Amino acid sequence: MTIKQVSVFLENKTGRINEVAKTLSQHGINMQAFSMAETTDFGILRLIVSDVDKAVEVLRGENFAVMLTDVVCLHCPNKAGALAHILEQLAASEVSIEYMYAFAEDDMANIVVRPTDIALCEKALASIEG
Amino acid sequence: MIWNPNKECMSRDEMHALQSKRLQKLVTYVYHNVPFYRNKMQAMDLSPEDIRSIDDIVKLPFTTKQDLRDNYPYGLQAAPPSEIVRVHASSGTTGNPTIVGYTRKDLAVWSEVMARCLTAYGVTRDDTFSVAYGYGLFTGGLGAHYGVENLGATVIPTSTGNTEKHIRLIRDLKVSGIACTPSYALYLAETLDKMGLTKDDINLRIGAFGAEPWTENMRKEIEERLGLKGYNIYGLSEIMGPGVSYECQEQNGSHICEDHFYPEIINPETLEQLPRGQQGELVFTTLTKEGMPLLRYRTKDLCTLMEGECACGRTAVRMGRIVGRSDDMLIIRGINVFPSQVESVILEMPEFEPQYMLVVDRAGNLDTLQVQVEVRRDFFSDDMGRMLAMKKKLADRLKSVLSISADVKLMEPGSIERSQGKGKHVIDNRILK
Ligand SMILES: [Zn+2]
Repeated sequence: MTIKQVSVFLENKTGRINEVAKTLSQHGINMQAFSMAETTDFGILRLIVSDVDKAVEVLRGENFAVMLTDVVCLHCPNKAGALAHILEQLAASEVSIEYMYAFAEDDMANIVVRPTDIALCEKALASIEG
Repeated sequence: MIWNPNKECMSRDEMHALQSKRLQKLVTYVYHNVPFYRNKMQAMDLSPEDIRSIDDIVKLPFTTKQDLRDNYPYGLQAAPPSEIVRVHASSGTTGNPTIVGYTRKDLAVWSEVMARCLTAYGVTRDDTFSVAYGYGLFTGGLGAHYGVENLGATVIPTSTGNTEKHIRLIRDLKVSGIACTPSYALYLAETLDKMGLTKDDINLRIGAFGAEPWTENMRKEIEERLGLKGYNIYGLSEIMGPGVSYECQEQNGSHICEDHFYPEIINPETLEQLPRGQQGELVFTTLTKEGMPLLRYRTKDLCTLMEGECACGRTAVRMGRIVGRSDDMLIIRGINVFPSQVESVILEMPEFEPQYMLVVDRAGNLDTLQVQVEVRRDFFSDDMGRMLAMKKKLADRLKSVLSISADVKLMEPGSIERSQGKGKHVIDNRILK
């Protein structure tokens, strides 16, 4: 399923991630998953949140540089080999992945994938599930 | 339009004669009234009679900022205290401030030269003009203020401070002209954005920008965002304040009011006068000043002087843009670096806000230069590859302009401190080590 990810530009300043988290929680927005891509001087914080539009609005209100990115969210059983199987299938369908991150919830795992080609990825996933 | 064609369009021969007469009178005046100059001239075996024309100016001693500090507060004042009607002071980051006293005639000359500037920009009696330089000891505010009044336009003495209130005044009073620093003009543009307004909501058409060096790119940016035409105004408090030189409609250098302020370019190392057209340190002699006249004052500003008649009809010598200050110049790994060079590169790239900071440091025996820039919101990308490419593009351009490599640090928009006065763009940590 294609969903919107919130990407935030951060200088590597201690506490900046905290400020993002604080801003979201003050507005009752839940961070369901996040990952941080870092270089020596800046980072890109990627978030999956409960209310995308509101998150963008409140973060912009706090002067953060924010943008939305399409990502594919998929679920698989939280057990050995399940993710490997999906990734193999995606590779076989020639879906290349810019980045991905995962979070587990009880017996299920949620995986956020940023493919270079969303449509191709969705098609490949449909064939796995089907 | 030309405010004073008699002086601004004088033939070169007439100007030479007028400057020669005024210099002779000035030298006699300071010789008899300022012990500092008398002592210097006597030590050089020079008497006022040795100065017969403006070309003899090279015989005269220089004056430096340090001389003004050493003679604090009134040591270089030539007029008796009873003749001084106003005092301005420029803040010294180190040591004593510089105190400048003006006689009634000095103030009249000042508002005359300011009226010349404003007229050259196209300001008329029908304009409403906001002066957003600081009012007070700084010469910018009051200097521009009395020029606008002399011209007969309506002056709004806004000063600096509450920017949103200022923008509301600009909108509601249909303000058509503004004088401020170029960095404050950019700050106004940002605030306009923040208030959800655009240039179409206001009526500004003329901007007089000065008191700090700025670039052509900065001009384009200000003109585009505020919907006005921006003109350079140059001045310094030791000489008078704003109004020493100004751009005309041709915008090919700034005409110097050389009937009052005689310009020279010197080599800052050898102190030799350089021919017109060569770049060096700008030096002024105040030909008509009574309060605190100065002989060959070294401005530390680096530029060139251009001769030749201008299409606007004025004959006065023009000075090019200030390319740097002889004391702002950073020497990094043996190479001369000016903050203005970095600025022009950043302003050419839409990816970045027009704000930057140079951080110079030393690692081992090697100087390091970090250039901090703010990424514009619209250019932030979730794609790390694109962000790194943006960083590399700037680093490559800086390298080709500066001849040394700089470490680029991408910053969040709004994170570099905005200056409301003179932009501060350098942190040199080497001094502390
Ligand atoms: Zn001209």
